[in-house]
This record gives sequence, C-alpha cells and structure tokens, in this order.
Amino acid sequence: MSIAVRNVVKKFGNFTALDDVSLDVPHGSLVALLGPSGSGKTTLLRIIAGLEGPDGGSVLYHDEDVTHRSPRDRNVGFVFQHYALFRHMTVFENVAFGLRVRRAPKSQVDSRVRELLHLVRLDGFAGRYPPQLSGGQRQRVALARALAVEPGVLLLDEPFGALDAKVRQELRQWLRRFHDEIKVTTLFVTHDQEEAFEVADRVVVMHNGRIEQQGTPQEVFDHPANAFVMDFLGNVNVFQGRIQDGKMHLGNIEMACPEYTNGEARAATAYIRPHELDIDRSPSVASSLRAKVLQINPNGSVAKVRLASEEAALELNVEINLDRYAELGLQPGDLVHVAPRRFRVFFPEDYSI
Amino acid sequence: MKAEPAAAKVPARRDRQDPLYIRVPLILAGFAIVGILIVVPIVNVFYQALGQGLETYWHNLVDDPDTRSAIWLTLIVAPVSVAANLLFGIAAAWAVTRFQFRGRTLLVTLIDLPFAISPVVAGLMFVLLFGLQGYFGPWLREHGVRIIFALPGLILATTFVTLPFVARELIPVMEAIGPDEETAALSLGASGWQIFWRVTLPNIKWALLYGVILCNARAMGEFGAVYVVSGHIAGQTDTMPLRVQKLFDEYNNPGSFAVASLLTSLALLTLFAKVWLERKTRREMAAGARAGAIDPNALVESPIVANAPVGSDPIAGELVASDLVSPVPVARVPVPHVPVARIPIAAVPVSREIP
Repeated sequence: MSIAVRNVVKKFGNFTALDDVSLDVPHGSLVALLGPSGSGKTTLLRIIAGLEGPDGGSVLYHDEDVTHRSPRDRNVGFVFQHYALFRHMTVFENVAFGLRVRRAPKSQVDSRVRELLHLVRLDGFAGRYPPQLSGGQRQRVALARALAVEPGVLLLDEPFGALDAKVRQELRQWLRRFHDEIKVTTLFVTHDQEEAFEVADRVVVMHNGRIEQQGTPQEVFDHPANAFVMDFLGNVNVFQGRIQDGKMHLGNIEMACPEYTNGEARAATAYIRPHELDIDRSPSVASSLRAKVLQINPNGSVAKVRLASEEAALELNVEINLDRYAELGLQPGDLVHVAPRRFRVFFPEDYSI
Repeated sequence: MKAEPAAAKVPARRDRQDPLYIRVPLILAGFAIVGILIVVPIVNVFYQALGQGLETYWHNLVDDPDTRSAIWLTLIVAPVSVAANLLFGIAAAWAVTRFQFRGRTLLVTLIDLPFAISPVVAGLMFVLLFGLQGYFGPWLREHGVRIIFALPGLILATTFVTLPFVARELIPVMEAIGPDEETAALSLGASGWQIFWRVTLPNIKWALLYGVILCNARAMGEFGAVYVVSGHIAGQTDTMPLRVQKLFDEYNNPGSFAVASLLTSLALLTLFAKVWLERKTRREMAAGARAGAIDPNALVESPIVANAPVGSDPIAGELVASDLVSPVPVARVPVPHVPVARIPIAAVPVSREIP
C-alpha cells in the first residue's frame, strides 16, 4: 500500500509541528524520516497512523483518503519508541492481541503467532513476560505484534533509539533484510543519519516542521538541497566568505565558483566535508590554507586529522585515507597546507536555525 | 576512606544509631500509645460485647429487628456507594491522566474536597439541597421522590464522603503507567472497551482493589454525614454506626457493643485485606524486577545470524528450501508443501536465486 501525505498542518498551541508537509511513500519501499528532535518527524508518523489528527491537509492510503479514519480502521502496524508492550501479557499474548481483538479463531491465532515469533527469532520466548526480555528482544516482540494483523503499512518510531550500539547495528541490518522479505511499505523515524542511510531506500530530511529534502541516500548526501541538510548529514567544515565574479574568497584563498557571476559582492558560506579536503606538505595548489596539525586519530579506514588555521581563524576536520596518512607521516604540530577538492556554497539567508 | 569491607559497615551503622537510653523509651512509648489508644479500646469492645456470653451476643445482634435492619441497611449503602465511586474513580482518573483540558488541575483539587470538608457539613449540604425546605425539595415532593431521611440520601452522603478514595489511588498509578500501552492497543485495532478491559484494567487492578477496600471501610463506618441526612428513623434509616450510638444512648450497652464489635470486625477484616494486598503487590513487583534482572537468558540476545537472510535457521546454519519459497507468512500465499531440502549455507550466494 502506498502512502501519500498532502499539505498536512499540525499545531500544538502556538507551536507549529508540521507546516504544509507533503510526502509520497511508494508501495513496498522502506523510507526514513530523518531530522533533529522537534523537527516534526514523529508527529508526521503519528498522523499517518491516525494516532493524531492533522489540523489541515489529508493522508491517503493507496489513493484513498483516510484522514478521518480511526487507527483501527487503517490497518497499520505501529512500533513505538519504547515498545509499549503489554506488561501483564506474555510474549505470545502480546503478539496475539491484534488478532484477538478482531476475534480471529483460536487455531488461526496460534499458528500465526508461532509463525511470527519464528520470523523474529523468538521461538522459545512465547511464555516470557516483557520485563524478562532484553531491549532487542522487546523490540522484535513489538515488531511481531505490529505485523500480526497483516498491516498494509508498517510505521516505526525511533525503532533502535533505546538500544545499545551493537544491538542497534545488528537490528538495523536485520530490519533491512526483513523488509526485503516481507515487502511491506515501511516508514521509520530516526535522528541518526547513519541509520537512515544504511537502512532506507529513500530518506526524507525534516527540519522545523518542514521537509527539507527527499531522495535516495546517495542523492541526498551528494546533492544536499540546502545548508541545513548539508550540516545535518555528518561532519562538515564551515567557511564564512564573500563571493564575487565567480570567485569565492575565504580569507586569503580563492576558489572558483562559476555559478555566481554577479559582480556584486555577497556574503556566502562554504561547506566542505572532511573527506573533501586534502593535506599537503607544500602548497601544491595555488590557493591553499596553511594550518597546524593538532590531533590525529587513525580510525578504521581513514585518519581523522584536526587542524587549526590561523589565517582563517578556525579549526578544520580532515579525513585522509591511511595510505596518504602514511605517506605524509604527519605529526601533531606539523605545519601543512590544506586545499579543498569540492565545496558547496549556500547563502546565509537560506539557512536559519 | 573508600571501599570499606562490607563487614565493617554493620557495626559502624550501629554506632551511628541513637544510644539505648533514647531508643528504648521511644519504642516503649510507641507501643504504649498504640496499646492505650487502639488495642485496649478494641479489645474492650469485644470484651463488652461478649461479656454476657455468646448467646446474649447473638440475641443482641439478630433478635432486635431494628439492629437487623441497621446491619442490612449498611450492607446496602456501602456496596452501592463503593460501586458509584468505582465508576467515578475510574472515569475521573482516566480523564485526568489521559487528557489535557482546561480545568484539569481544578478537577484534581475538587476530587480531594470531600476529605477536607467535615462530614456533618457535607450532610447539611444535601439537606439544604434536597430537604423539604431545600432548593429541590418542593419539586421532589411533587414527584414523590424522597431523598433526605431515606435510602437515596444515605447513599448520596456516603458516596460524597468516600469520593476521593478510588480516584486518589488510581491517578498516580495511571500517571506512572502512561498512555503508551493504550495507544498501542488502539493501533492494533482494539475498540475503547477492549482497550479498557484488556489493557487498562489489568494494569490498574491492584490499585483499584486497594481503593475499593479503603472506600468500603470508610463507607461502612461513616457517621457524621449519614447522621444529618438519615433522620434517625429506627428500622428504616439507621445504619450500623447510627444504631451503635442509639443503643448506647438507650443505656443498652451489651446491644451497642455487639453492633460495635461487628463493625470493628468488618474494619479489621478490611485491614487484613489491605495488608494482604500490599504484600501481594510488593511480591509481584519484586518478582517482576528479579525476573528482569537475574534471568540469565534475558540478558543474552537471542541469535540474529549476521549474514543469513531472515528465512534461515540460525541454529542449523543451513537454509531450508521451503523457507525460501515462502519466506513471508504475511503474504499468506498457499504454499505447496515442498519436500524440505537442506542446502549448506555456503552453497547459496543469494537466497532468492534458488530455483
């Protein structure tokens, strides 16, 4: 079942949680709603589920308007951030709940619950109570419970938020494979961009109750629509400068910026990702920034180098691959030259927090 | 000083306690006060009631029609009031903990009001409203409804006085539990009543029972408010506490104490029920906590095999062909029973490419 959200507005008192949000989730896809806390992503999810009503706009399931339909008639599976398992029921009864309230015959309930517990790898746990389970197990019970009623849409609110790093990593990959098996249209909320990029087919970046950008993880990461998206999706070095006649001036250095040929000088901000900066012993490129190495942290496949540039009066984060790192033989205190390979320019008025 | 051995701590704590000459008198004073003010009078009630033998006691309780009627009346008024408060308490607690609305704090404060108002004043309020000279009195008389000096008045007064008990017990419990489980039930397709019976009620049942017990104790023992609205008509509007007082006024001490002893027995019974309930909830909570903390299996993640597809069997390390044909119970496709062929996992590069 595909989901469409049309011009949804939601206010809590004076606070606008969702400001004219429109969104399409294609059938069978796995989509991440990504944003900082307070961006409205959970509110949007709850409106799609019918747990909140929008103040304006509509929600469509497969071209059918369900805006005023109660959650019980929407056939959604919702997994809550803190699982919300029924604490007085066993794992079996938790999973069976949706079928029992629909008065499904007992034999059907039995076989369906067994199937689901097998699917989420909790075969031996039917008789346990929620307090007797670990976080990851509770999460999977919540998932099985939501799937028991064969929902057309699966909605997950921060599904991995309350888990520790290792379990989270495992469950992420598991969810991806799981989705590939069951093919239910799935929408999940997260504030962790790494999680969104790893799991989802499409990423929807939200900020201040609006959708800033949506697309595949690759599109969003490579072509951020604005400064917020750029900033939110991982580390970035921010340079304040001026732009004039197709050239960006950052302190003493000058970078070609052919898109802006206007003769009038204008304040601009350049965003450069750590891996888009190169370090050199000598000023190999015409315009490079002199900087002093503060700290080096070889981390997995890259070395993270922190530098201070006195000319630009800022700290830089650079990531270089380990071969390059070995070649340079960097030591803290070394004076080096830093030059950008790529950068993106946004004008300050585009970006306000 | 850090990391003292555990054994050294016990005497240290003892040393910090107050000296014997303070502790012993305090403990004795505690027992003495409870003994003089509570134990002696209660024992005396039973002593006086049973002083002239069991036969007289029984005679005093059963053979006097007015006493019989008073016992009967209390056994009607108390349960009806408790039932009314049960409904009100759940409704009020639900409203206060599950909705945000204007006047919510005011409602919480007003629920407590009957505790603050003197029961006699409460009784008078009802007389002023429903009595013959009251606001609704003439209208009620025209329609042949009697509230004051009749059963409805007794129930009304008792309900008013015991109003806070159930709601007061439920509000903190429901606040602590939060609305998450109910929202989950809603999303799973449960109706309002199904949510209440299957999710809310099981979570609040002990608090509810506790509130009911306290409410019942107070309802049976209520004197002041009932005194004002009952009109003291022997055999008609006398409840047990009123009967005790009336018999005592008539210098019928054995009769008075007999009824009093029955009332006390009911109170003691309530007290034991309350203690039993408290122990039971505490045990349940402890058991729940222990199961969560110590159970070794609870702390170990059940296996999610890192690179195996969902349909695989993590223990055997093999893929079961039938799983791959229908990995999706959700899809509910009738699957012809494929003879189960076990394929070593290494031989299967991508699960869905199996013919």
